[in-house]
Amino acid sequence: MSTDLPSRSDHSHMQADSSDGVTFDEATVERLLQLGISRRRFMSYCAGLASLLALPQSMVPRLAQAATSTTLPSVVYMSFQECTGCLESMVNSFAFSGGTTIENLILNMISLDYQETLMAAAGDQAEERLLSVTDQSDYVLVVDGSIPARWDSGYFISGERSGVARFRDAAKNAALIVAVGTCASFGGLPKADPNPTDALSIGDLMADLGISKPLINISGCPPIPEVITGVILYYLSQGMPTLDSLRRPTVFYGDTVHEDCYRKESFEEGPLAWAFDDANSRKGKCLYMLGCKGPVTHNACSRIRWNQGTSFPMMSGHGCIGCSEPDFWDRPNRRNEKGFYIPIAAGSGHTRGLPCNTCHDDIGGDDD
Amino acid sequence: MAATPNVIIDPVTRIEGHLRIQAHAVPDGMGGGTITDPGLSASTMVRGLEKILQGRDPRDAWAFTQRICGVCTVVHGLTSVRAVEHAIGIKVSKNADYIRNMMIGAQYVHDHVMHFYHLHALDWVDVVSAMKANPTRTAALARINNGTYKPNNGALPNAAYFQTVLNKLNNLVSRGQLGLFANGYWGHSAYKLSPEENLLLVSHYLEALAWAREVVKLHSVFGGKDPHPNLVVGGMPCTLSSNTGTVNDEKGGTSLNTEGLATIKTAVTRMKAFVDQVYLPDVILVAKRYKEWANFGATAGNFLCYGEFPDPALVKREFTDGAIDYPAGYIIPQGVIWADAPTTLTPFDEKMVTENVAHAWYLGSDTGEHPSVGETELYYDGPLPDQGRNPDGTSKYMLDENARYSWIKSPRYDDQPMEVGPLAHILTMHARGGTANAQPTDKLVRKYVQQLWINPTAQGGLGLTFTQLNSTLGRIFCRVLETKIIADQIAGRAADTAAGTAAYAGWYQLYYNNKAGAYWNPNTFTRLQQPNLWPVQVGFGFTEAPRGALGHWVKLNRVSGLIDNYQCVVASQWNAGPRDLVGVPGPYEEALRGHVLANLKQPLEVLRTIHSFDPCIGCAVHIVDPDGKPLVQVDVNHGVCSTTRVSDMRCAS
Repeated sequence: MSTDLPSRSDHSHMQADSSDGVTFDEATVERLLQLGISRRRFMSYCAGLASLLALPQSMVPRLAQAATSTTLPSVVYMSFQECTGCLESMVNSFAFSGGTTIENLILNMISLDYQETLMAAAGDQAEERLLSVTDQSDYVLVVDGSIPARWDSGYFISGERSGVARFRDAAKNAALIVAVGTCASFGGLPKADPNPTDALSIGDLMADLGISKPLINISGCPPIPEVITGVILYYLSQGMPTLDSLRRPTVFYGDTVHEDCYRKESFEEGPLAWAFDDANSRKGKCLYMLGCKGPVTHNACSRIRWNQGTSFPMMSGHGCIGCSEPDFWDRPNRRNEKGFYIPIAAGSGHTRGLPCNTCHDDIGGDDD
Repeated sequence: MAATPNVIIDPVTRIEGHLRIQAHAVPDGMGGGTITDPGLSASTMVRGLEKILQGRDPRDAWAFTQRICGVCTVVHGLTSVRAVEHAIGIKVSKNADYIRNMMIGAQYVHDHVMHFYHLHALDWVDVVSAMKANPTRTAALARINNGTYKPNNGALPNAAYFQTVLNKLNNLVSRGQLGLFANGYWGHSAYKLSPEENLLLVSHYLEALAWAREVVKLHSVFGGKDPHPNLVVGGMPCTLSSNTGTVNDEKGGTSLNTEGLATIKTAVTRMKAFVDQVYLPDVILVAKRYKEWANFGATAGNFLCYGEFPDPALVKREFTDGAIDYPAGYIIPQGVIWADAPTTLTPFDEKMVTENVAHAWYLGSDTGEHPSVGETELYYDGPLPDQGRNPDGTSKYMLDENARYSWIKSPRYDDQPMEVGPLAHILTMHARGGTANAQPTDKLVRKYVQQLWINPTAQGGLGLTFTQLNSTLGRIFCRVLETKIIADQIAGRAADTAAGTAAYAGWYQLYYNNKAGAYWNPNTFTRLQQPNLWPVQVGFGFTEAPRGALGHWVKLNRVSGLIDNYQCVVASQWNAGPRDLVGVPGPYEEALRGHVLANLKQPLEVLRTIHSFDPCIGCAVHIVDPDGKPLVQVDVNHGVCSTTRVSDMRCAS
């Protein structure tokens, strides 16, 4: 497959006429002014980040340095078979403390050089932008969505190039590849049985293409916004985080959502909620019988919570659907049945006196 | 066959999904030209979700369909939930409908604001021009345009405030790292705003990001997260907390405690305030400067609405146990408007919806069949990607309007292409407002259309005609107008003597008063095991999504209880779909006819009209099941079914 895929040089004269591009005049460039961001709030942000990433506070200056260097690190964000939920989630990023937000991130901390949903440029000017930024080196390539395995299938074409070619060319000079969301990390929804478009995860596609680059998977459907931005900033300041066997940062994916869930106690001792809106649901009892996949799902939802700490699925009354795990759409549960409302089979999970056969620490993978 | 396209946008950015636009402009000899024929709209990505749904537990379907689109996250989930509820004959409680209304409504407000500022604004706002703005004069403009909006630590923004925004922009330039703002069509002759107007809108662009983060907390309290909040067939999964205080290991409880309810109230208040203080006046400001855009971007003039927002005033009956029968009507009415009678609402007949694949990459019916009976398979016979360009720079990849050219099928109603979305919503409300069945929201729509759009400029209006609503600018205007109507419907509104409407408490308050009531119908999961009680062969669920009419059909297997067949016909499919067998173009394609471009290499004008539809292409692409069985019973009335026994309802306590 990949040997037949035309190489990048075939379309190198894609470069658009520079007169069509951006035209900042000299006078504008000379009217430079200093950045108007509050130093105190910024440092507070870095301290919050360090705390969340379990870094010593002595690392705060390094985080701050990385985040305020005069040349901002380039981030290229490409979308394939996706739903834009991951980007929507990232846009919800906020400060752990102190007020640094996505606005500051994209204006002051990274240079988001390609992102189709938000960028001003369109069409040829967007393509020209992509080619010029990926001609540089050392950018972080963020990818959401799976990619159809066959470049000539027609299932994904953008800018007249297949998903395979777009990814391969953008990956060439990247320092790091970050797969954001479960589709990019593990294939996700497009790969759900029967995988009608032969969708591949980024890691599998890299293996097919023989691309050997550092890869971080930030799974979740979508991932928690602070995890997306936190991992990117961690990499820029500290280098690669420690990863689990599924290439997820252990600082966010080391525990199951069950372990930090306030309903955990009744999982052990009862009583359980048996129906939505029953008395035990209102009391916040465990949603195990309603199909909660928390005990087999590695993520930080119950710790960080969603939307600035507002809530997380179990707090609002619905069980975890397991969205940060590979093939969660097809997960077999009791009686080998698939389904978000089917309780997990005995023997799954970390607690209730059951052996853990799901944790990456034990057998290096999920339980499916 | 039309001339070779010389206007190509691929990828179309600042949309959801993957879209290619082709058109031919007759050159004017000065680098510009005029598009005289319809354009070509092509979706270039497919996932095959409906295939994936076959054989699944119908309770799970909402989570799959929700992932059709992370922008339209709530509506695809809820449409699925409604389709399954219709299929199995389950009704939901008043609280569930209030919460669903608030969640859909919050999505309208969130999406429409973000569409205007983050997806559409840069077609009208020149960021480079903004850098030439005088901050003092910008502050003066802000006092006039947004006089009650105080983002500056609770005060009106002053010169220093706008200087800070300028500094941020200048900082990007000083580093030579323009990030998201690189390679825009800056300096294009079609940009008309003054530097100060540009800076004001750039400032609101940034502030809207922070605002959006706050309002989605409503979804988070009810659904546990956003995007992709949790839903459940039979009601809502959230429930009132037994513990009004902090939720913790010891005291338990749920997100619907005192704090969670206050979070929702705050989100509701912020939604209304931002629409009134910022979004609405900003749209009017842009409309005044770009009035000529009421002359471009018209579609054929046929509009379709399925109907949305069941409201207590429209409920047919309510049972003592709290379950309600589905409504007799909606805030946004169900109906059709034909081009020859733009103020008349005609009834919608679901049987007249067809889909054809004459120009789509599927094997199936070229002439069109009801969504439930089509047999289609993925069939790509388009040009190969990755072939580079010809020596003269022209593309080797060109789509042909006479062949298959999109992953979107062509839906038709009574054989006609229909526009759906905010323009359709406002026109249908406007039309019902002229009848004996006028709802208060219809009267408000009529008032605002008259006051803001039609009234002469001397009276503060735009001085445009009703007919001109069918335009690029009209679409933007209708989007902000419906946002205001819905934000007020959630938050409540005072009496309006000019419109002749009484005060309304709003969905939040009405829910709050009833919050101890039921959230879920406990018969739901057992009903899935009782096919003899299922009222219809095929469940039909619909919503009016922020982008328009959205319908899901689900057929359940009466032995296994699993999904046999699942089908979606989606808003952006109506708008972005390709030509049909007889060559009639879809709404995007038709809307491009007549556009005058200053520079064919910078097709800003085309982008303006395509963006005015708010494309959501992930939504529009799906495939159907090759199960060719005809639909037996589909009742369009949103779940109305023959079973109305009290045993269908939540058991009285």
